[in-house]
Amino acid sequence: MSESALAARGVDKRFGSLVVAANVNLALPPGARHALIGPNGAGKTTLINLMTGMLRPDAGQILLGREDVTALAPEQRVRRGLARTYQINSLFPHLTALESVTLAVCERRRVAQTWWRRLITYREEIEEAHQILVALMLGAACHRPARELAYGQQRLLEIALALASRPKVLLLDEPAAGVPREESKELFAAIAGLSRDIAVLFIEHDMELVFRFASRVIVMVGGSILVEGTPAEITSDPQVRAVYLGKAQREYRYG
Amino acid sequence: MTSTTIAEPRDYLQAQMRWRLGEIAFWLATLLPFVLAPDYLLLASQVAIAALFVLSLDLILGFAGIVSLGHAAYFGTGAYTAGLISKLGWGEPLTGLVIAALAAGLFGYVTSFIIARFRHLPLIMITLGIGLLLQESANSASWLTGGFDGLQGIHTWPILGRFRFDLYGYTAYGYALAALFVIFLGARRLIHSPFGLALRGIRDNSQRMRAIGATTHSHIRTIYTIAAMIAGAAGAVLAQSTETVSLEVLGFQRSADVLVMLILGGTGRLYGGLLGAVVYMVARDQFSGLNPQYWYFWIGLLLIAVVVVLPNGLLGGLSLLTRRAKAQS
Repeated sequence: MSESALAARGVDKRFGSLVVAANVNLALPPGARHALIGPNGAGKTTLINLMTGMLRPDAGQILLGREDVTALAPEQRVRRGLARTYQINSLFPHLTALESVTLAVCERRRVAQTWWRRLITYREEIEEAHQILVALMLGAACHRPARELAYGQQRLLEIALALASRPKVLLLDEPAAGVPREESKELFAAIAGLSRDIAVLFIEHDMELVFRFASRVIVMVGGSILVEGTPAEITSDPQVRAVYLGKAQREYRYG
Repeated sequence: MTSTTIAEPRDYLQAQMRWRLGEIAFWLATLLPFVLAPDYLLLASQVAIAALFVLSLDLILGFAGIVSLGHAAYFGTGAYTAGLISKLGWGEPLTGLVIAALAAGLFGYVTSFIIARFRHLPLIMITLGIGLLLQESANSASWLTGGFDGLQGIHTWPILGRFRFDLYGYTAYGYALAALFVIFLGARRLIHSPFGLALRGIRDNSQRMRAIGATTHSHIRTIYTIAAMIAGAAGAVLAQSTETVSLEVLGFQRSADVLVMLILGGTGRLYGGLLGAVVYMVARDQFSGLNPQYWYFWIGLLLIAVVVVLPNGLLGGLSLLTRRAKAQS
């Protein structure tokens, strides 16, 4: 059995009587390009929160590579190579794009506690941050504060911040949420262009994007995983058609 | 322009950190009281001490977003430590200053473990609690602190064996100003370091800091300890130059005053606090002369006026004006 980059084993989570994750088993192989889909309230973001440590599961384990990280704090998981982005922008509004990503690089390299040396002497860190921004088409905007960036650029900065921690696994929570269709294709092209060393799991509602960029699709409904398969298998699965795609198609029709 | 920034991303960062003309002018202006207002040197030394204290609060509030209503605890620890060392027979001011700062820093480090776990309203309550606790402890330990009567019998030796503390405040102001300037240089270096960037990150979005793998708690403990040391140094300068320490150095009033000065001047800019200290202390001096009983009325009015008209403080207002002037020309 090949080792997975990230795995959830029998994860349960409930808020009072509301079950948000019920015996979730999921494995992300190295270099994966998996999509996580499901109707609103299916528990997709909760699952990301559970895997990244923002929430603690009531039962079950989270494995990062071979290590059990269930008891680790979010920042400790990030340092072991598990990064995420947020569905709603969560940036540093007053820091420029370059400052934000440089900060993330400095944290990864453990130099962010240094207060007696000037930041500009950290050439490598700044250069690395700049290269990440250039690769995500943010090079020209790198000296603008995050809050002044266009919305699509802010979504890209979300990804840049996650990449600065050199993740082995990247969880993207609706990376293109709120981005116009044309731009979201560019954004997904940037994601598709990421190094194959990184396993990617993304939540996305747009089925066209899902089927174009994901090699496998995981369908969640009501806190549990309904089915997992290739895009072709998912489209032809009668269960999925019943609970999810039919509904999604109706949504397209109305707007 | 775009192409040059792409070619050298460091240039822009470097430009941010360069000494500006206004900064140099500010520090030259701090020497003016020696020439222009020799009668007000004692007031000037009080202003410099207050400025040092505000600088310390700005590092935690303005840069890391840690609100405190009990910052006088560290100021007072420094003041009492400096006073006690002198009373025990060691009146050398520079070593006294360093020891007092270390003592306040130690207290800051211990309390920082509680501080790092909270934010916003709970933090206000906790810092307030720390301040009250310490003041009442000092009050009850009158064998050590002199209690309500204050610490008597402090004698400060001449600085470097040469500059005796005089009645007019020449030495007091020179000493306070030198301490302020040297510590300011350190603070300025700090905010332009990777650590300074991390503090701004915590202020902007501490949740996201965790998601980039930052150890925010240890960052907060570090800056809180540094700020406590600086507050302690300010308290030490006060104790050494006035040769007396009263319970008021630990008082709630002092914690509130320093917060007011910082908000008045503008948070998160280093110079904002300094400007706030100057305006507040001079206004207090003038108002109390005009109206000895009700002068806090005018302070209250000043505070409301500034916050309503200039939400980013005096310095925020000034920089807005200069930007507008530049845009017009």
